[in-house]
Amino acid sequence: MKMFVPRNWREYPSRYRLEASRFTKSGTVYYPKRMVDPETGDTEQETVNLPLSGKVLTYTVIRTSPDQWKDLAPYALAIVELEDGTRMMGQLTDCNVEEVSIGMEVRLEFRRVQTEGHSGVLSYGHKFVPKWY
Amino acid sequence: MRSVCVVGVGMSKWGEVWRMSFRDLHTEAALNAIRDAGVDRLDALYVGCMSGGLFVGQEHLASLLTDYMGMRGIPAMRVESACASGGMAFRAAFIEVASGMSDIVMASGVEKMTDCAPDDATSALASAADQEYEVFHGATFPGLYAMMAHAHMAKYGTTREMLSAVAVKNHQNGAKNPVAQYPFEITREQVEKSVMIADPLRILDCSPITDGAAAVIVTTEEVAKSLGKPYIKVLGSGVGTDTIALAQRQDLTTLRAVTLAAQRALDMAGKKIDEINFAEVHDCFTIAEIMVAEAIGKYEPGKAGQAILAGETGREGAFPINTSGGLKSKGHPVGATGIAQVVEVYKQLTGIAENGRQIPGSPTIGMTQNMGGSGGSSVVHIMEVAS
Repeated sequence: MKMFVPRNWREYPSRYRLEASRFTKSGTVYYPKRMVDPETGDTEQETVNLPLSGKVLTYTVIRTSPDQWKDLAPYALAIVELEDGTRMMGQLTDCNVEEVSIGMEVRLEFRRVQTEGHSGVLSYGHKFVPKWY
Repeated sequence: MRSVCVVGVGMSKWGEVWRMSFRDLHTEAALNAIRDAGVDRLDALYVGCMSGGLFVGQEHLASLLTDYMGMRGIPAMRVESACASGGMAFRAAFIEVASGMSDIVMASGVEKMTDCAPDDATSALASAADQEYEVFHGATFPGLYAMMAHAHMAKYGTTREMLSAVAVKNHQNGAKNPVAQYPFEITREQVEKSVMIADPLRILDCSPITDGAAAVIVTTEEVAKSLGKPYIKVLGSGVGTDTIALAQRQDLTTLRAVTLAAQRALDMAGKKIDEINFAEVHDCFTIAEIMVAEAIGKYEPGKAGQAILAGETGREGAFPINTSGGLKSKGHPVGATGIAQVVEVYKQLTGIAENGRQIPGSPTIGMTQNMGGSGGSSVVHIMEVAS
């Protein structure tokens, strides 16, 4: 899907600063931000920044990828639970894909995530790296 | 609510059907269903299609397809819920007849997936996932189900052999289905030596990309009786929804939308899961069939893999699943899949399943379970043969 500049720009707060919603009633944190707490219907919230480390809940290694990701394949993709319990998806990089495992401790780094050819938009965001790296 | 029946079914050819266009596929299935039912008019059409726009650049489908099937002028609407579009279109037709709004309604589904490059098809399918927080990071559909598979394996000890058993069983059934895209048997070795797509899922764990259409005639019991054809009754219809982003689910090893849909359909039907004789379920990947068999309540969490391995869900087992060959062998033209499930249940209940595919012992109640994306939506129907 082609990335348009405003679409990418709109996501800066969540992708660059990892901003999330903490709802007043439940104290639950949601990433990305949303307007309504899906459990309580609460709309009162504050913006929080997510912690930068967590552990792998599940993962896969994408070996057959769409064209856009061909240069990276095989790449590991994981769902990580951060220290505050928030969950997010992202690529797990800077390690051998064969060494990725459930429970592995990771931290988040700011990386280039997508490139759209020579004149396309460069999109940045988080990737996970092994904590020991 | 009025009693609702299915009285005629039709399919197009399924597979890489290069000679037929999007509209040809739909027209063929629609005319087959009209002829099969013997109806001389339609009061309305609901067509399920996930993405005419991304696969063939065609939207505004309902009018186009109505025109080409010779029904120009009738009310027609397209229904979309990713890979559950067909099942949702069937539900819309069910509601329209049950409410008394119309007497004879077609529910159909169509997808033309091989006109575009495989890469474009993969991207089109990925539009059923969260664009900004999954696809953005390089997620693909095999990748999402692979992550569920790893979580399920870690929590319940689900094995490679159990995944393979789903693929082997569905190809055994599909080999007997004249419309199947891949009507041949495969072995466990073939599955386990096939190319890895997204660990732990290999190519033979995945349903294919397919061109195809299916249609059924939904009507009142009065009309069904007057046509003098075998018919089945729709006892229950249920829909459930969940987050479309996998990371936001509390439990990665269950499919909550499926559980909600199944419970609602069973409640409406006034049935328990153990009263259902067989099911057509959404096996877009082998792990999906295992997780769905648990989510509908047939097996305890973590127990379905073992049951499938033991042959319980084979055609002659205690609870046959996917006698049509499922998405795995029959093919998966996403918008048409939910309707094709109804076609198989109709054939099994009326005893006309082809090539020795008939479930022994004349089953009387069947279930269809159709699912969108990685489980963000699901629709379940329960049908009974008319006595």
